Amino acid sequence: MFRRLHEAEGKAVTLTVDGRPIEAREGDSVAAALLAAGIAVCRTTPVSGAPRAPYCMMGVCFECLVTIDGRGNRQACLVRVEPGMAVATQAGKRELGA
Amino acid sequence: MSAAPPLKDSYELAVIGAGPAGLAAAALASGLGIDTVLFDEQTGPGGQIYRAIGETPLRERRVLGEDYWHGSALLEAFRASAAHYVPGASVWSVSRAREIGVSVGGVARLLQAGHVILATGALERPFPIEGWTLPGVMTVGAAQILLKSSALAASGEVVLAGSGPLLWLLAAQYVRAGVAISAFLDTTPRGNLQAALPHLPAFLASAYFRKGLRLTREVKRRVRIVRNVATLAARGEGRLEAVVYRAADGVERQLAADTLLLHQGIVANVNLANAIGCAHAWDDRQLAFRPVVDEWGMSSVEGVAIAGDGAGIAGAEAAEHRGRLAALDAAARLGRIDRARRDRDAAPYRAHLRRAERGRAFLDALYRPAKAFRIPEDDVVVCRCEEVTARQVRESIGLGCTGPNQMKAFLRCGMGPCQGRLCGLTVTELIAEARGAAPGEVGYYRLRPPIKPITLEELAGLPKTAAAVAAVER
Repeated sequence: MFRRLHEAEGKAVTLTVDGRPIEAREGDSVAAALLAAGIAVCRTTPVSGAPRAPYCMMGVCFECLVTIDGRGNRQACLVRVEPGMAVATQAGKRELGA
Repeated sequence: MSAAPPLKDSYELAVIGAGPAGLAAAALASGLGIDTVLFDEQTGPGGQIYRAIGETPLRERRVLGEDYWHGSALLEAFRASAAHYVPGASVWSVSRAREIGVSVGGVARLLQAGHVILATGALERPFPIEGWTLPGVMTVGAAQILLKSSALAASGEVVLAGSGPLLWLLAAQYVRAGVAISAFLDTTPRGNLQAALPHLPAFLASAYFRKGLRLTREVKRRVRIVRNVATLAARGEGRLEAVVYRAADGVERQLAADTLLLHQGIVANVNLANAIGCAHAWDDRQLAFRPVVDEWGMSSVEGVAIAGDGAGIAGAEAAEHRGRLAALDAAARLGRIDRARRDRDAAPYRAHLRRAERGRAFLDALYRPAKAFRIPEDDVVVCRCEEVTARQVRESIGLGCTGPNQMKAFLRCGMGPCQGRLCGLTVTELIAEARGAAPGEVGYYRLRPPIKPITLEELAGLPKTAAAVAAVER
């Protein structure tokens, strides 16, 4: 669980996560926006299906992999939010043709 | 700093990483008239230590502390320079001939550099405990990044656990920001202080002493601190619910927790240097591999230098001077200045560097992480990506596996997307212990490009020469 320390001065940015709109702040990474919106799990693992969430926030752990605007396995901590961005959480391993 | 002009096919100097070492190196080199490009994976300059410098939404300066704001001066000098700044750039390959493979905005490029300075900095040492993969468990560094770049702080029941300066710094920043910390579980082994004592005089004469004293006092006044924590586990169904620990009395205790922030020091981020083929050596003081470099940061590979914490941890202030020394040496090698000028210009940076490094030996000894948190018990997941446990790694040794590279073939450990960044040191030490060998003898993963995942589409989209196309056309 994370909360803003104060009403951030940056502009509000609306994006969707699995089709649901969430509000972030300009300058947020997608991973930060997920955490701020209370989305605790960003994917399940290809090996056991265990839930995972952002861990390092600096691009080394690859836990925050999500699909952004149709492109899979993006590191959510390395991408800044943009208005209208469509983020999808990822489930397990990908199937052929999916 | 110039932004957005199209990338050229070649530069005299490429700097990789926009933390203190990279910013200082690029600004100085560019000031000497060297055609310089700086690639950074992050979306803004500053690295991790000066993350979001120049754009942090945090209003109160005192929350992050004065050391953070020093980054503004570095950034200004860089912005005033002519260096070509490329953010959001993943460098996935550097060849021995200094051909650089980089992806920006989903488009891959190859370009040539006359000289390369790697300023890839540090990452947090793996902290493998039961449940460390649960949502709700993060690193202290991650929490600090959220604070700096988004003014986000952990809420609910917040537990900090581990050892080292960054842990105290985040705790102090949270205290200043009015964020409640339920408990601070200090895993620093009891015997460390004694081992650190020989380094005490240098530490007392360093800036770390006063700062550290102030910081720890600030935290101790407001946060419940549990010393000598010897075991630690994160538990919960699908997400973190509780932290279970044992302190010196051996009694198991449980704390309700929404967020557990872990930290046990930082280590050099060696992935790129390793993949280039730079020689590395085990550093027993920092319990990590570091590239072998000379006093200018020059690695064993011609034309590839390494500056800042990526060449061994010495802190942000040292990193900026190491960046400048590497830039001066680059200028001499590129024929821009002669060696006499290089040595003369380097003198003040060397003096600053000596001062900045004072006290580090004490910190390394004092915060040397406990063996139990580096070489975990059997059931603990070591490789987060492929979900390989310590037991599986130990069993592979029993099957005759001698080192990390052979073990990869047995277990896929280290072969997931993070490419060993979160398990490499654990695996080296696990194998070393099981074999009764030294970590330096066991070695590390042999990494190969691409060191960051790129898509086939990006690879296929690389510009090709007519000869290359003709070679495969039928």
